[in-house]
Amino acid sequence: MDWMAWTLPTALFFAAIALLLAGMTMWELHSPGAERKGFLPIDTTRGDRLFIGLLGSAYLHLLVVGVTDWSVWIASLLSLLWLFAVMRWG
Amino acid sequence: MSKVHNNKAWWLVLPVFLLVAFSAIVPMMTVVNYSVQDIFDQSSRYFVGVDWYRQVLQDPRLHDSLLRQFIYSACVLLIEIPLGIAIALTMPTKGRWTSLCLIVMAIPLLIPWNVVGTIWQIFGRADIGLLGWSLNQLGVSYNYASNTRDAWVTVLVMDVWHWTSLVALLCYSGLRAIPDVYYQAARIDRASAWAVFRHIQLPKLKSVLLIAVMLRFMDSFMIYTEPFVLTGGGPGNATTFLSQTLTQMAVGQFDLGPAAAFSLVYFLIILLVSWLFYTAMTHDDKTR
Repeated sequence: MDWMAWTLPTALFFAAIALLLAGMTMWELHSPGAERKGFLPIDTTRGDRLFIGLLGSAYLHLLVVGVTDWSVWIASLLSLLWLFAVMRWG
Repeated sequence: MSKVHNNKAWWLVLPVFLLVAFSAIVPMMTVVNYSVQDIFDQSSRYFVGVDWYRQVLQDPRLHDSLLRQFIYSACVLLIEIPLGIAIALTMPTKGRWTSLCLIVMAIPLLIPWNVVGTIWQIFGRADIGLLGWSLNQLGVSYNYASNTRDAWVTVLVMDVWHWTSLVALLCYSGLRAIPDVYYQAARIDRASAWAVFRHIQLPKLKSVLLIAVMLRFMDSFMIYTEPFVLTGGGPGNATTFLSQTLTQMAVGQFDLGPAAAFSLVYFLIILLVSWLFYTAMTHDDKTR
């Protein structure tokens, strides 16, 4: 796997995504969810909310990195809050 | 009677998943790895965090390319979608001309991108090209190699020539799927042609049009070969779109780290737009 030029942070990132997907699959198998309407303007399932949360987090990182000179950790912290808010109330 | 859930069917998705993992997910993970490193070869690479992202997002060359790309895609959609609908409405629905019309419409779609670029490169030349020579003979100063406006018009007309057929054929299939009872009811109400279009044909075409808009947006947003062959991105950088900027960065300058960061930003834009279209389409299906 050397050709993939792994680094520890990217390995941790992909491991977190894989664990998240595995966890969501187990959660769905254990207690199947249904579509619901929260503060997002569309009906969403858990999977939809996770996707929106992750996509929003990616854009949040781009915004912080591209427009401000803040640390990337601030973007990560805001992303966690955003992901939690979307999963809980989205 | 209770519905039987058999999740074993998901195993049938496994071959596709492996194929996608091999051809898309693993390469994309590699791009992510490259995007956080200053990398020359496997033995000399250094972790730089988000520096490449910062550099790329603050690069005026990327801003210009992105703006050009959005303007180009908007122009493509604004021209090709109405034109495709208009052509579909005027295409014959029965008789021997139908097949001929469909074949003629399909021909541009069969021509490879680089051939289309070459055709228009010669066609537009002021000295030997039929279009360029004719326009100059008519007194219209036209030279796509040196004039920005001419280059843009040529690239756009070339795209319209190549891809409007796709929109027209999609709309044609959508129009043929409308049951005749709708038209019968419209005739009883003595509805005008505009009223039939506005209240019957256009609403029934909505799903097809969403697919057409999505396909044309994605394709025009990733355009590379045709403008590269036709203008080489010029004059200056006037027709240098995102793909070409990315290629220059990755292959021309061998800046693998910034190019990887750039391609991920590019991917996120495409992903967002595709998701918006997908959501609009599935929402439309649910509300029916």
